[in-house]
Amino acid sequence: MTNMNMIQSLNSALDNLLENDSDVIIFGQDVGYFGGVFRTTDGLQEKHGKHRVFDTPLSEGGIAATAFGMGLNGLRPVVEIQFADYIFPAYDQIVNEMAKVRHRSGGEFWSPVTLRTPAGGGIRGGHHHSQSPESQFTHTPGLKVVYCSTPYNAKGLLISAVECNDPVVFFEPKRCYRGPFYGDPHNVPTWSDHPEAEVPEGHYNIPLGQARLAKQGNDCTVISWGAMVHVCEQAIRDSGVSCDLIDMQTLVPWDRDTVVSSIEKTGRCVIVHEAPKTSGFGAEMAASIQERCFYHLETPIERVAGWDTPFPHTTEWEYMPGPSRIAAAIAKTQED
Amino acid sequence: MASKGNDGKIPVPDAPFRPGEQASFESWPWKPGDLPMPDPKNCQFQDTVDLANGLVRVLDDDGNASGEWDPGLSADQLRTGLEHMVRLRIFDDRMMKMQRTGLLSFYMRSLGEEAVAIAQTMALEEQDWIFPTYRQPGAQFVRGRDMVSMICHCIGNIEDNIKGRQMPVHYSYREGRFISISSPVGTQFSQAVGVGLASSYKGLDEVTITWIGDGASAEGDYHYALNFASVFNAPVILNVVNNQWAISTHANFATGVGNFASRGIPYGLASIRVDGNDFLALYSVTKWARERAASGSGATHIEVLTYRTGAHSSSDDPSRYRPKDEHTKWPGGDPIIRLKEHLINLEEWSEDRHKELEERIDTEVVDAYKAAVKFGDLANGPYPSADTIFTEVYEEMPWHLKEQHDELMGG
Repeated sequence: MTNMNMIQSLNSALDNLLENDSDVIIFGQDVGYFGGVFRTTDGLQEKHGKHRVFDTPLSEGGIAATAFGMGLNGLRPVVEIQFADYIFPAYDQIVNEMAKVRHRSGGEFWSPVTLRTPAGGGIRGGHHHSQSPESQFTHTPGLKVVYCSTPYNAKGLLISAVECNDPVVFFEPKRCYRGPFYGDPHNVPTWSDHPEAEVPEGHYNIPLGQARLAKQGNDCTVISWGAMVHVCEQAIRDSGVSCDLIDMQTLVPWDRDTVVSSIEKTGRCVIVHEAPKTSGFGAEMAASIQERCFYHLETPIERVAGWDTPFPHTTEWEYMPGPSRIAAAIAKTQED
Repeated sequence: MASKGNDGKIPVPDAPFRPGEQASFESWPWKPGDLPMPDPKNCQFQDTVDLANGLVRVLDDDGNASGEWDPGLSADQLRTGLEHMVRLRIFDDRMMKMQRTGLLSFYMRSLGEEAVAIAQTMALEEQDWIFPTYRQPGAQFVRGRDMVSMICHCIGNIEDNIKGRQMPVHYSYREGRFISISSPVGTQFSQAVGVGLASSYKGLDEVTITWIGDGASAEGDYHYALNFASVFNAPVILNVVNNQWAISTHANFATGVGNFASRGIPYGLASIRVDGNDFLALYSVTKWARERAASGSGATHIEVLTYRTGAHSSSDDPSRYRPKDEHTKWPGGDPIIRLKEHLINLEEWSEDRHKELEERIDTEVVDAYKAAVKFGDLANGPYPSADTIFTEVYEEMPWHLKEQHDELMGG
């Protein structure tokens, strides 16, 4: 085990994958010589060769389409879309092509592409370096959607995503690349003392579709993913309420059993995500939870989410769900 | 089955020089006066093939102007251009200092590319539309924007006209017909064709100018723009600013052709390559394209050949991917020095006057900076009210946003 930040653990995952499978190939904007604008692919071109880790033209649609074609012909491409906000020129290729080819060809063709993309706010990125568009992909049958939150799960999930024969959109919370984020922009901890930053150097999997119980309690189930997992941890501390904290890790397919059994225990639930509330993945979860847990719920399900507005620059801390909003929602679930 | 052609590797291009290597560009074979100026109103796109494959220059390496493309600007016009370029450079330096001290979050300079927006905007008419990228803020100086207002935007303070919503350098300046900048690269290029076609529809004497980077020309939007502009004969000026670098990605990754201008020819567009550090050539080519567009002869596709002397942005460190002194080897030199030398050769300028200009602009920029931070800086505030998160998402606020607004504002 080695202490790694999330950049290092993702890099380690990619290094293992390149080492173990000659069909793995990595490309995207600035990922080759430079090693990525966030340094995630640093050193990989030098180690594994320019023909396996390389830069591309600035064309998200071209990157996705080329990856799709390589995947059809037996390779296992891992591509980077530099910011999730820039994935939309590739949307058609992902949603209409990658996601559907297995089904449309009667199982004759498939393309095991993994699209890694830094997402979420907290870096003063304004409209177009802050969005968290996971629900624009969870609504597409045929895609798996993963959202990591710690160095440990980032590596295990990325290896599983790449080894999976379905296309996967893999979201990385960029605010957590170098440390967890507890909702206070002035407190910038690193991963150095965090238990979830102890990462094996070799290959390991965290299965897709399995949530992580990040914290155990009795009186409320708090559900989240990405950077918000750590903000929820802070909010739970602030609230003084004994909570289960479930880090979903995978959104499609999501771990309904873990969620349901927790709510059967606590009877109360708060769902937190930084993407806008309307049609956010929290809405899907809330609907499913009431189908399964209606008679166990003591109070209405609370959702804390980004506002239904574009992501602002100067006022981003008023936009992103913070510990106080989440703690207030937890407290509300405790009212009889 | 093994192939003779496929050697088991994807042939990936590379940048010409990397850190630790000696950058050396071949000197340009193109000289001022090489290329004739066809009639902008009547020539066919086929008549511009030499212009696309050559390089329109007016200033030679000694700062003397010659050839058919010399726009014959007055000394006053040249001094105005020089002043705006110096203003932009000093302004950029001050903004970088503010970024480094935490007074604003991020910054992007135009260093080495000052001539692009300034010469090209000066060649337009007041009513023409500007659809920029983040590397053409200099157009606003030409259009008369108040510097304090520009700094307030970059800070995102209470006087920011876009209310702290976008990152710095994402200006919007409707009064100057300078359309709001968006981060996703390339999107404006095809949108500009729509702006231009609206002018056609309304029967107005308006031309739209837009720019895209060498890197972003790999996006679909670039190709949409050329095709739509050609099919609908749009009154637009489509510039590819080839500054060699898209963050760490060299222009060799943006096209397999090695020449951006000529890509307009098969789309049926008049196409020209111009020395982007030559103020006079840029002015002249843009004036030509403006005349062509306004006469109903359609769009011009221009490659502006230049070099990104600075980092991509305040978040970038180019020493990791290119030789530190590569910009000093660029055959096009520095646009400010070249225009300054030209004016000195004309005996319309001097080193002393240049120094005075720099001092005067420096004072202007410092005064503007002091005035702007009175309305707040990023480190200390005050910030726009959180109210601004919810306003102008729609023309009128729907019920669900009113509820969320009240939840946040405690109303």
